[in-house]
Amino acid sequence: MKSLADLLETFPLTEGMEQDQLELIAGCGKNQVYQPGVYLFREGDEANTFWALRSGKVALEVYSPQRGPLVVETVAEGDVLGWSWIFPPYRYMFDARVLETTRAIAFDGACLRGKVEGDAGLGYQLMKRMASVFTRRLAAARYQLLDLYGQPAER
Amino acid sequence: MASLPSAEPLAAALLPRSLEVLASSQETADTWTLTLAAEGARGFAPGQFNMLYAFGIGEAPISFSGDPADPTRLVHTIRAVGPVTRALCALRVGDSLGARGPFGSAWPVERARGRDAVFVGGGIGIAPLRPAIYRLLAEREAYGRVVVLVGTRRPEDRLFGAELAEWKAAGVIEVHETVDAAGGDWTGDVGVVTTLLPRLGLDGPRSVAFLCGPEVMMRFTAYDLIGAGVDPAEVYVSLERNMKCAVATCGHCQLGGSFVCKDGPVYAYPRVSAQILVREL
Repeated sequence: MKSLADLLETFPLTEGMEQDQLELIAGCGKNQVYQPGVYLFREGDEANTFWALRSGKVALEVYSPQRGPLVVETVAEGDVLGWSWIFPPYRYMFDARVLETTRAIAFDGACLRGKVEGDAGLGYQLMKRMASVFTRRLAAARYQLLDLYGQPAER
Repeated sequence: MASLPSAEPLAAALLPRSLEVLASSQETADTWTLTLAAEGARGFAPGQFNMLYAFGIGEAPISFSGDPADPTRLVHTIRAVGPVTRALCALRVGDSLGARGPFGSAWPVERARGRDAVFVGGGIGIAPLRPAIYRLLAEREAYGRVVVLVGTRRPEDRLFGAELAEWKAAGVIEVHETVDAAGGDWTGDVGVVTTLLPRLGLDGPRSVAFLCGPEVMMRFTAYDLIGAGVDPAEVYVSLERNMKCAVATCGHCQLGGSFVCKDGPVYAYPRVSAQILVREL
């Protein structure tokens, strides 16, 4: 059976990190399985956990009293979920609802924060990789805002 | 000096023939598929288009969306976005329209023979890709993985949903759909079509990609595919420009040194990658 550090070795976020760094991160994680319909967190909840998704699918939603739950994005295998553990005030900004049975490594945010505060090298590696994820997700969100498939004008 | 084309074939290419509507089906709130009697029509290659003429209103270039192996009927999927396309979408069984074509270049489906084929359609862009998928399915065993990615605005705007689901269920191709926005009852993916790519585990150097949709979508998809190791020369895009004559004469669709109506609409990405960034073209 593979250890968490082994799993992290091939996970997109942590792929290529030093073995001792992987061990440090793995020390804050545990393997979890979530069934469809489960909410991993709700908007405003304290952000104690973030997830590295190994399989399955999770919807990030915002609830509107007029329109019900609105899905803003789905995340799946290879994605990370729950960035709010990094920055104060450590509160989730969306609801996260499991759509398909999801296998994930769930990390204790406070534990990880403690480790990166005491290890600048680890902190830099993790932040550099998270920044790359933020960049890609921000670009994707911007394309989404363009409404590219909306009605074009006939020429 | 190059000689001008002789007048006779040019005149023939400019003369529409009348085709009868055999079937009309509404796909979404603003999109219809027309099946036309193909009497007297030439066959077409996947990726090509017809100039469809709504009598008394005007013409619009519309790609073929049906099976190129079926010589008895021509299928076009049309989105009502202006006077011509609204008139075409309003046609019903027994009505007629004018048609010229087929025109333009084709998807080089054979490039994917023995390799993996990746189709990426955005919005109505899945329609011009469908004939290429039919062509490939006719010889399914000749290809490796066949992956179809579809990006749509909302779940209710999805095209050919039943057919895609059927192909997926039969296991003949991999189908992944995503929408830009959805309510809580949608259990599929939400996000732009490029977000699907990292999850596929594509073998970049082995893949040939066919992209059709809004140009911005195709650009960013091409960037990501090339980043995943796909040879830029094996990324094909279908461009949409202001096509009028469809025979490379009027110049309305000129893109640098080529005419989209004749040299396109399907191009290898490196041939147009710089030109599509020039705002004046």
